[in-house]
Amino acid sequence: MLQVDTVTKTYGGRTALREVSFGVGEGRITGFVGANGAGKTTTMRIILGVLSADSGTVRLGGATLTADDRRIFGYMPEERGLYPKMKVAEQITYFGRLHGMTARDAAASTTSLLERLDLAARSNDTVDSLSLGNQQRAQIAAALVHKPEVLVLDEPFSGLDPLGVDSVLTVLQDVASNGAPVLFSSHQLDLVERLCDDLVIIANGEIRASGSREQLQRAYGHDRYELDVDGDLGWLRDQPGVTVVDFDRGHALFETADAAVAQSVLKRAIADGTVQRFAPRHPSLAQIFREVIQ
Amino acid sequence: MSTAAPTFLQSTLLVSNREITMRLRSRAFLISTGILLLGVLASIVIGSVVSAIAEPTKIAVQRSVVNALPDLPQFAVTDVDTRAEAEKLVRSGAVKAAIVSNSTVSKLGITVIGLDSPPSAVIAAVSVAPDVILLDTSKKNPLLTYVVALGFGLVFFMSAVTFGSTIAQSVVEEKATRVVEILMSTIPVRTLLAGKVLGNSILAFGQIALIAILSGMGLLVTGQSALLGTLGPSIIWFVVFFAFGFVLLASLFASAASLVSRQEDMAAVTTPVTMLVMVPYLLVIIFNDNPIVLGIMSYVPFSAPVGMPMRIFLGTAQWWEPVLSLAVLLVSTAFVIMIGARIYENSLLRMGGRVKLREALAR
Repeated sequence: MLQVDTVTKTYGGRTALREVSFGVGEGRITGFVGANGAGKTTTMRIILGVLSADSGTVRLGGATLTADDRRIFGYMPEERGLYPKMKVAEQITYFGRLHGMTARDAAASTTSLLERLDLAARSNDTVDSLSLGNQQRAQIAAALVHKPEVLVLDEPFSGLDPLGVDSVLTVLQDVASNGAPVLFSSHQLDLVERLCDDLVIIANGEIRASGSREQLQRAYGHDRYELDVDGDLGWLRDQPGVTVVDFDRGHALFETADAAVAQSVLKRAIADGTVQRFAPRHPSLAQIFREVIQ
Repeated sequence: MSTAAPTFLQSTLLVSNREITMRLRSRAFLISTGILLLGVLASIVIGSVVSAIAEPTKIAVQRSVVNALPDLPQFAVTDVDTRAEAEKLVRSGAVKAAIVSNSTVSKLGITVIGLDSPPSAVIAAVSVAPDVILLDTSKKNPLLTYVVALGFGLVFFMSAVTFGSTIAQSVVEEKATRVVEILMSTIPVRTLLAGKVLGNSILAFGQIALIAILSGMGLLVTGQSALLGTLGPSIIWFVVFFAFGFVLLASLFASAASLVSRQEDMAAVTTPVTMLVMVPYLLVIIFNDNPIVLGIMSYVPFSAPVGMPMRIFLGTAQWWEPVLSLAVLLVSTAFVIMIGARIYENSLLRMGGRVKLREALAR
């Protein structure tokens, strides 16, 4: 378990993070979402020890992290970058060796990673001769070469084409299924929704919500229901405890905090005529996000 | 992960190894080094060839006085029969001077004829000189002193600026390409700085050592071993001083460069450091014979790599002076590395505009 505990960071007079606390469980893919400037990158940099916190701690398995512990971290910064004039395989191997691998282990790991990322054919090309998408793959290889046991990725999907997204996804799931805590940030809420087990939502340097996706769906955003009938649903507006979101004669999308109210609406509809469809809809991440950061 | 944590030394060596490998792979670097080495070799060879083919001065001597004169091996002598003939040769420029008989005016029985000024070398050769004793024989030929000063100054300046800007570029490159954040999350910042300074110092030192060896061999091969004997100790001290002096300059260049994030902004921050390198270069050329200026220069850390070898060459330094100056240099190098590391650490993640020095120095 990777635990961020009451971390505060100020730049000049501005508070970038205020008592930020959340956990990333083993084998869990945790999505870290928030608007631009909310504090995602700062938090990740503090986890990696690239920045130091004003107060608070980052712990792994209960013990405060040291520089030595961080060797088993894999990190992909938001600001991408590799040495442009170095060859791909040479560069990935170099990062492996900086993490303490032997020359042979680093070379072997580089070869197998480049195979998996479909980049083996470009091993001996310099980075600046690669397309942007392939540079991204090389960047991912650099974060994974030392077989990290904790993965922190800042916007790993930005700038990737759908194929690239899929290959990164597979890699993330592989790492998590080996029991590593995986934390990644993203603007693409649909992607986060598809991929992550847990969620952390940050706004203005404060954690607004965190927990498993199901927990958040229960806690925030009322459940919505879709109802299609042959007749007219005009009566729905006068039903107590119901908010109509969308309405078109026989079709309605409504919200209610109480499941029993939804059931009574269904009974009334059946009594009135033929019901074509009645479907509960869980709140989407985008909905929860908007509600939480308000 | 089963691997052991790399030590400070291992990581430093990895970084420095990369610096060296990438530099040696750069064609521009190899070509410029080749040109520099060729230049050094050429100046030695040309110097020896020019001095070897310098022709002896031509003079004309009247046959009737030949036996009265001492041997004149330093001149190419043309025999003439009459004074008129001798004067004609001098006027035409075929000879520089003539020696003719004259028993009436001169005590020596000869007259030396020149064209427009007294031919002093010829006069000295046929004159009777009194016994001369020089009290201070350590004084070097002023031309040689100038050449040696120029040599030390130029080699120091060129190497320091070349490798100083190399390390500055390498620092800015890592910031500009953002690769620095991955590096910082992998190894301590001090290790990164140490590796860069070490790698570039080894390159600079290697080049200086090559130049020193090449000059030594050049002097030997061209038969100027006497000059090598005089120059040898100062060249060795120069190499030693340069090795440590460059570490100091490299730390300065690296920390100055870390203040900016773009290659275009680099000149603005490295210029003050370049000035520091230029000052000793100019001073040693202008004041190569001024004991006070050289004395001060030989103890100031920035100029000691030039000033102290110069004094050793002139023979004005006591045996303990280079040792003391080296100690001063070592202490200041350690101090500069400490300050430089702090600037470097505080500036690396600050992208965009130029970081203010005061902010970079803050804890």
